[in-house]
Amino acid sequence: MPIKTYRQAINEAMAQEMRQDSTVIVIGEDVAGGAGCDGERDAYGGVMGVTKGLFPEFGESRVIDTPITESAIMGAAAGAAQTGLRPIAELMFMDFLGVCFDQIYNQAAKFRYMFGGKAQCPMVVRTMAGAGLRGGAQHSQNLTQMVTMVPGLKVVCPTNAYDAKGLLITAIRDNDCVIFVEDKFLYETSCEVPDEMYTIPFGEANFLREGTDVTIVGISNTVNKALAVADRLAAEGISCDVIDPRTTSPLDEESIIESVEVTGRLVIVDEMTPRCGVAADISSIVAEKAFGSLRAPIMKVTAAHSPIPFAPALEDAWMPQESDIEAAVRAVLGYTR
Amino acid sequence: MSLDKKQFLQAYRTMRTIRDFEYRVSDEFGKGNIPGFLHLYAGQEAIATGMCMNLSDEDYIVSTHRGHGHCIAKGGDVGDMMKEIMAKQGGSCAGKGGSMHIAAVEKGMLGANAIVGGGPPLIVGAALSAKTLGTGSVGVSFTGDGGSNQGTTFEAMNLAVVLQVPAIFMFENNGYGEGTAAGYAVGSKDIASRAAAFGMPALKVDGADIFETYKTCKKAVDHCRSGKGPIAIEASITRFRGHFEGDAQQYRGKGEVKRLMKDLDCLKIASDIAIKKKLATKAELKAIDKEVAAYIDEAATAALAAPSPDVSELLTDVYSSAY
Repeated sequence: MPIKTYRQAINEAMAQEMRQDSTVIVIGEDVAGGAGCDGERDAYGGVMGVTKGLFPEFGESRVIDTPITESAIMGAAAGAAQTGLRPIAELMFMDFLGVCFDQIYNQAAKFRYMFGGKAQCPMVVRTMAGAGLRGGAQHSQNLTQMVTMVPGLKVVCPTNAYDAKGLLITAIRDNDCVIFVEDKFLYETSCEVPDEMYTIPFGEANFLREGTDVTIVGISNTVNKALAVADRLAAEGISCDVIDPRTTSPLDEESIIESVEVTGRLVIVDEMTPRCGVAADISSIVAEKAFGSLRAPIMKVTAAHSPIPFAPALEDAWMPQESDIEAAVRAVLGYTR
Repeated sequence: MSLDKKQFLQAYRTMRTIRDFEYRVSDEFGKGNIPGFLHLYAGQEAIATGMCMNLSDEDYIVSTHRGHGHCIAKGGDVGDMMKEIMAKQGGSCAGKGGSMHIAAVEKGMLGANAIVGGGPPLIVGAALSAKTLGTGSVGVSFTGDGGSNQGTTFEAMNLAVVLQVPAIFMFENNGYGEGTAAGYAVGSKDIASRAAAFGMPALKVDGADIFETYKTCKKAVDHCRSGKGPIAIEASITRFRGHFEGDAQQYRGKGEVKRLMKDLDCLKIASDIAIKKKLATKAELKAIDKEVAAYIDEAATAALAAPSPDVSELLTDVYSSAY
């Protein structure tokens, strides 16, 4: 099977869907690039090159460069989705959610319900999250928790190239507004990705390692950190279940609970601030529904409750690291009443 | 081209329907039969009517918190609307929207929007669909003078020009954004002149005269349909009621409302002109008034008698499929 990067997998999902469905469009800032310039079109293909090549194939009516205007991009995508198109709108950095959130959570997410089931909003918001690139407080955040809490939105956090393609195809075909959170640390990572189209259902977790001692749940790139930790600890005879929920909304609660029923110990990792986050949410679900199975307190490994600092030494301390995950696993294993 | 007899009678009927609808829901609100907040369109009828007469079910509109009139003018079912506003089964939005989210999606009325300035970006999208799919439809966002100051409106106007989509930005300047005068809140000399800064033409119209609003809206719709890109309209008008029902309107001048209700009553202006132009007789208009009154009464009576939505509907239609 061919090996493809996360970037290629996402690009391929869009291109294949656009070939078979003429209502799919891509809209955003520099999704092609070069509009109105003397130089080349498709100069960027998205700031990370994820949409590169779509413009030459599908043209300017379906790959639409916009001004820097996030509210209008999200609103236009929502209005277009209500009237016959299936837009893939790019929100360049997830940090920019603050600029345009009204059009997502008050508009797109609510059409169907607020209008009694007579409207729909089949749009995808592709966005990029993740710290560690020294992007500072406004170009580094993963705000998955802010969209996960909104009824009407679905939220997808692909952690490898194979999942990214299958989940994006599912997202484009879905009739609701889907927030597709790409981790910018993963664009260069690769794995086997089939050439043909395939879908991965929402709300079905992926068991990446099976173990009996501790359950580790990760979101976005923290899943890959959890895998590295689990593999190291396996050499010591510590066996971890590593679960990637793939989507935080809907959330596969059942798989997490089933695993905790076996291991009795849960470590949840995300790269978000700790209050009201995804880790906190999963923790409360397990505490409510699997309290009797727990043999140790649930441990959350999250970022610190501060804006994301710029200096590498500070940012590294802000982010959850493999060493933090390992320490948490050892703590729950060593817990005695 | 001005309204002919048949068109005028249709326009008059629509305006009268909106007026009676608004006064009836005001009464029912006073009696405690309507929960929540109510923002009435009474006084502004000639604007929604003049615009929507130029549109078909394939054209799109988005509206504001003051949206009943737009919904009726776009062909929304008055009985279903009454039920929705009274929070009853069979309502346009199944009891999940209410007055501020009234909609008739099947008629191209994509929804009233209770976020001031929430609608303009959406209509750029509807107009983008029309352009991309080549349907020939146009999109109209109804926004108030209040919404004209929101950043989303500016972004939407700019993007509409950049993408050259068939969108009409209709600004209904009723003089007040809640309890603050447009003269204070709109920094430019008027709203229409802002359009030029975004690169689109704008028209101004007396919003109390149906003959004028129809003609001006027709120009704007023709402009969009012929592929000339977006256009803005500023219609000056007043509102007969407060920002919301229950608003004591202490911010309005002494005798102001009374005077404006006399001078800017679109129904009276329409009748006077029509009779003078021999487009209608007093008797014809009276007959319409009588029919509309009965129609509204029937809708209200049915809504009052209808049961509340079933609580089993609470979680339906959050998502398109099982969640």
